[in-house]
Amino acid sequence: MLAPVSHNLALTTIIRKRLLPVQGEVVVKLNQHILATDTVAEAEFSHKHHLIDIAHILGIKPSVAEKMVSVRVGEKLAAGTVVAKGIKVEHNGRVVAAGGGQILLDISEKPFELKAGISGEVVELIQNRGVIIQEVGALVQGIWGNGRISSGTLHVLAEKPAEILTAKQLDMSLRSLVILAGSCQNAEVLNTAAEITVRGLILSSIHPSLLGLARKMPYPIVVTDAIGNQAMNANAYKIISTNNQREKVTVNAEAFQRYEGTRPEIIIPLPHTDPPSTPRAVEIFAPGQKVRLRRAPHAGATGTLENLPAGLKTLPNGLRVMAGEVKLNSGKQITVPLVNLEVLG
Amino acid sequence: MASVIEGDSVLAIDVGSASTRAMLFDVVEGRYRFIAIGQSPSTAHAPFNDISAGVVEAIEKLQETTGKTFIDADQRLITSIQEDGSGVETISTSISAGAALKIVIAGLLSDVSLESAKNLAESTYARVVESLSLNDPRKAEEQIDAILKADPDLIIIAGGTDQGASQSLQKLIEIIGLACYLMPDDKRPAIIFAGNQEKDDEVRDLLEPLSSNLQTTSNIRPSITTEDLGPARAALARAFVGIRKKQIPGVEELDMWAGGRALPSVFAEGRIIHLLSKLYGPEKALLSVNLGASAATLSIGFNNCLQTKVYPHLGLGEGISELLQHTSIENIARWLSNDAPHQQISDYIYTKALYPNSIPATEEDLQIEQALGREALRIAIETARQELPDDVPVIKKNLLPLFEIILAGGSIISNAPTYGQSLLILLDALQPTGTSTLILDQNNLLPALGTAAEINSILPVQALESGAFVNLATAVSPLSSARYGANILKASIKRADGSISTTVLKQGGFEVIPLKAGQVADLNLQPQNRANIGYGPGRKIAMKVGGSALGIVLDGRGRPLDLQSDDNRRKELIKKWLWTVGD
Repeated sequence: MLAPVSHNLALTTIIRKRLLPVQGEVVVKLNQHILATDTVAEAEFSHKHHLIDIAHILGIKPSVAEKMVSVRVGEKLAAGTVVAKGIKVEHNGRVVAAGGGQILLDISEKPFELKAGISGEVVELIQNRGVIIQEVGALVQGIWGNGRISSGTLHVLAEKPAEILTAKQLDMSLRSLVILAGSCQNAEVLNTAAEITVRGLILSSIHPSLLGLARKMPYPIVVTDAIGNQAMNANAYKIISTNNQREKVTVNAEAFQRYEGTRPEIIIPLPHTDPPSTPRAVEIFAPGQKVRLRRAPHAGATGTLENLPAGLKTLPNGLRVMAGEVKLNSGKQITVPLVNLEVLG
Repeated sequence: MASVIEGDSVLAIDVGSASTRAMLFDVVEGRYRFIAIGQSPSTAHAPFNDISAGVVEAIEKLQETTGKTFIDADQRLITSIQEDGSGVETISTSISAGAALKIVIAGLLSDVSLESAKNLAESTYARVVESLSLNDPRKAEEQIDAILKADPDLIIIAGGTDQGASQSLQKLIEIIGLACYLMPDDKRPAIIFAGNQEKDDEVRDLLEPLSSNLQTTSNIRPSITTEDLGPARAALARAFVGIRKKQIPGVEELDMWAGGRALPSVFAEGRIIHLLSKLYGPEKALLSVNLGASAATLSIGFNNCLQTKVYPHLGLGEGISELLQHTSIENIARWLSNDAPHQQISDYIYTKALYPNSIPATEEDLQIEQALGREALRIAIETARQELPDDVPVIKKNLLPLFEIILAGGSIISNAPTYGQSLLILLDALQPTGTSTLILDQNNLLPALGTAAEINSILPVQALESGAFVNLATAVSPLSSARYGANILKASIKRADGSISTTVLKQGGFEVIPLKAGQVADLNLQPQNRANIGYGPGRKIAMKVGGSALGIVLDGRGRPLDLQSDDNRRKELIKKWLWTVGD
């Protein structure tokens, strides 16, 4: 059976494609080293327009009004420019359509900017659309992100995977740092982190009532394991905590979009000699794989898939499913529905 | 016995948000039968982002079950029967996977054509993300920007009665045209024009070059008082598949396997309900419910009409957390017989949203999942009921109409560990009135039958008759204002062996009269204390009933179902009801 993979890797080669939603201009060069917060491409993709209906303003037929208009598509007009018989443009803008006695101006102030989202080297330019960036380092994928990106030096605040972060732990010494914290269960923590201007929060879990507030925070927040109150899985905690004080750690808190394929992640650039291989996104379940349990009981626990018995197994609740036998890190042996497992790799 | 029909084997593939199913239908002893099913998790989403892997895995599971070969070593479909018996002659396919379509609707009057455009949009897996009408106070440029910001997959334009005024409609069309003109070519939406037919040519001239796929169809509001969604629904189905082909790798190939006849699952399901509705006659109402990962869908057939409603916000997959915008944790918890803390329910919802394919592995989690199913289905039927035509027969206003047949599918219902659990989810959530036959679509065959119907009209009828569905129970739900504990129904059953037994149902009671599948009996229902089972207060009825998995269920719990406010008492009752139907 096909197995979804969650990347928790101490050293790997990470390759990410960044594409504009529409055609535009790539503003970085091949082989350029960039930071996660750098703009890699820009596009005119405006949702702010102004329509000048000359025929309507002058009370004349569109065909007559059309002859009075001399602007061309693409032309930039300054506020106050006369476009027809005493009719002035109210905003600075670019003509995006003209015809039938009407002029449509794009009055947006700045173009759409595509951020790199990962530090590293630009290894490919995709004409008018974006770039491919490569980095070598540790990679931990999360389950929730608040849509922001930043990078900074990593500070390990959570001494154990099951810690709950309190506002008291956050002081000015943590300013401009990416913080490995535990679970966040109250709003004060998020607000305090904003006040001391952290560069990012890496949480094991977050209380569902805080999701709205977390989205409004000016810094990126990546949740690694659960919405609720759950410890960080041992693999992720070990990878992140052993990189305390590393620099240029990227917290890319992109929302987890199943169909678009975006996923929040933490990337820790690491020195290397030969770049290791890139991780596989999909596996087939097989004995020996490191796995994480997605659902209760033992949600978040990690272990090793030991056996894949043939046929269906009956769970204690009566459901009959395809299952795997897993030996948890604690040594306990359990049977788990395969759909409740993800491979760590 | 020799085959009386020269039928092709049909491989039906249904790609859902959580599961992909491959189902085989073939001719056995002269009649079409459902042979077997193979299922796998769907792969439309990351990290797979291509439905093909899920489809191939589902077909491979079907191969394991049937011993037949349908795909070759290169994972290509074998599209005709080979000498060694491998291959399949016909493929049909349906799809519900993918994020709900983002639809912009445009119409002249908000309570007339715009309402019809909304009804059309709600008949598929979609969300209305923006609407434009004459009542819109925004400036033209604001409307253009709103369309651009909505980034629609599809725009539905309605408005103008046939032979009616068309100038206002022209203005709307121009705004939509300008917005589409500003979009990059690969971002332009599909457009369905279902307004004043006299505007068809103009619409085509203006919008065809600005749309990824323009379809003009008959007016969904040909007059102020008439709504006709039928032909537009077919256009919407085509548009849906076209959009999915662009969005999800693998859909194009699957559609090719099916000869370009892929359909949205809900459209295919509706087709079967419409067909059944015709078979049962115009005076009998049919209801089909499907509680899926991407949406809760309802199809209602009555009086030769079909009404389809799709509620993506009530799907039990990645969008499940939206359920909390329409109900409360308390409302979900009242369906539980255990003491799950509210935090556990909340955690369950968010975990399920993250991992829609995952399943409950503990007894507590199973109860929470079924409680969520009840609540989602209750809200769906309550919403749909308010929009039903006035002529659907009811015992009492504000209650579910009299549905002769209720078909149910979706994994929470059909994969419940016992038939009793499936039945109780349906009775609790739908709260049928009168006498209904409840049927379980255990393998989610309805969409498959709907797609197969297009290529083979005999198949669905014969497959339906072949026992591919589980006849769950005949439910009798009297309406009565008698006091709690008073007799409201006397049910006498005379079995084929001549034995007679009588069961008395009390107000608040819940009884089961076993009658096994394959058996037939005479049932006499005699309401007491002016209770009503659909024929008038106190009026009795005699009928022949067929057996089923659970037999005849007498539901005297009241309509609307009055769940006790005392926690302990309510939990005890829920346990008792479950025990009664065989938990």
